[in-house]
Amino acid sequence: MLVNTLAFSSTTRGRSVVSRFEWHVIGQYFTSDRVLQGLERTLLLTLIAMAIGIAGGIVLAVMRLSANPIVSGTAWVYIWFFRGTPVLLQIYFWFNLNYLYPHLTLGVPFGPALYHADTNGLITKFVAAFLALGLNEAAYMAEIVRAGILSVDEGQTEAAQALGMTRLQTMRRIVLPQAMRVIIPPTGNETISMLKTTSLVSVIAYTELLYAVQLIYSVNYEIVPLLIVAALWYLIVTTVLTIGQYYVERYFGRGSARMLPPTPIERLRMLAIRRPESTT
Amino acid sequence: MTSGTNATSGHPMVEAIGVRKKFGLVEVLKGIDLTVQRGEVMCIIGPSGSGKSTFLRCINHLEKVDAGQLFVDDELVGYQRRGNRLHELREREIARKRSEIGMVFQRFNLFPHMTAIDNVISGPVHVKSSSRTNAALEGERLLARVGLEGRERTYPRQLSGGQQQRVAIARALAMEPKLMLFDEPTSALDPELVGEVLDVMRDLAKSGMTMIVVTHEIGFAREVGDALVFMDDGVVVEAGAPRDVLGNPQHKRTQDFLSKVL
Repeated sequence: MLVNTLAFSSTTRGRSVVSRFEWHVIGQYFTSDRVLQGLERTLLLTLIAMAIGIAGGIVLAVMRLSANPIVSGTAWVYIWFFRGTPVLLQIYFWFNLNYLYPHLTLGVPFGPALYHADTNGLITKFVAAFLALGLNEAAYMAEIVRAGILSVDEGQTEAAQALGMTRLQTMRRIVLPQAMRVIIPPTGNETISMLKTTSLVSVIAYTELLYAVQLIYSVNYEIVPLLIVAALWYLIVTTVLTIGQYYVERYFGRGSARMLPPTPIERLRMLAIRRPESTT
Repeated sequence: MTSGTNATSGHPMVEAIGVRKKFGLVEVLKGIDLTVQRGEVMCIIGPSGSGKSTFLRCINHLEKVDAGQLFVDDELVGYQRRGNRLHELREREIARKRSEIGMVFQRFNLFPHMTAIDNVISGPVHVKSSSRTNAALEGERLLARVGLEGRERTYPRQLSGGQQQRVAIARALAMEPKLMLFDEPTSALDPELVGEVLDVMRDLAKSGMTMIVVTHEIGFAREVGDALVFMDDGVVVEAGAPRDVLGNPQHKRTQDFLSKVL
């Protein structure tokens, strides 16, 4: 309440604007169980989708760079398809997979079935959500990883091969660690983007953060305050991710500069140490 | 040692017979015949574009030979003879054979995300599956051998060019190679740093290592080399003892080249 008054008291119509924000409602729901559960699901969905996206992206990128036309062609078609269709459509598609295949079977081709399940039982809203987001993300991550791999000097591969490393070892030990410097900034971007894209799965009624607040305001009609609750949480998580990205970048940047610049915390500490010295 | 030398004296370390290599339509190696004996230091000189680096890269199969035969230690490089046909070896086999040949590059090609010691032990640890502790002990010894004791934890970018190239030599030696290939190892160095790298190579030659050195350092070739080869336009123009080739070149092309660089 104090904050509003400070911010809006100077405007003539301040009071009416202030009252409509209804900060007490925001405060009431900000840490409510339903919102926190929605947040937890949003985080989990982001994590799993990005894990699938990054792992899939690396595999697709290596496939794309393969000399075998069938391997690189397969990756090309995958990227073409998943980049070429809206992710919203893909979410609907995975959720309605039971229409195409009512039963899913895992087994030896033309042999015995090892596992058999109803599609509806297997592809829950959650599974449909992370499959759609993760598989779509893999297509974008593939191009980011490929850019990273291409940024590494050819001489690195040659030196690794001259030592007797196989192509896979060279990729894992030499090329990818160096490609990370190029891969991480856009991946941080993708992660933040994914955090917000997860809100799309509200369309299949999966109760992540946005759908959680929608469910609440559909009953109490406090639409704007609850949207602000969601917005604040998205901002908080984005802030945490941004800080995390800074440190991951530093880790993979080792060896790229003669000296790494100090972190903000180290800078503060240095300031704190220098103060007493300068006064004496 | 003596009996070993006698037993193997008939088998050269490297033997090239009519080696040819094309890049697209351009033939860069037009039939190279060369023999490098065990423990011999062979220097290859010649103008740029003469094919000397390409020939060196053929020896560890970084480039595929199009025609002719190339043997290292009596084994065909990169191929296997089955019946009357040659089949390219599987990747794992090629990698294993490369691991027995050390290579030093013009632009060092150290792994920038690893410290000096991690560069040196990357081969033993990842290729030979040695334990990190043992590899690190040996790695420290090798860094000391190239005059870089105390620099184990330094990243390549924090080292001078000469120091980087010496780390690169230590990295190649860590695999205990039977043959060392040097591809213009001092060409990317500032003049005052050339000496420290040549010193390390001179020591290595004294220790009995078989070496093939593509170089522009005529002085090094004269002093350290057992054999000198002059290549031009994809062929070996002249080969022999360095004193003879440098002091009394028989071919006009050799004379022209030497008059420019000496």
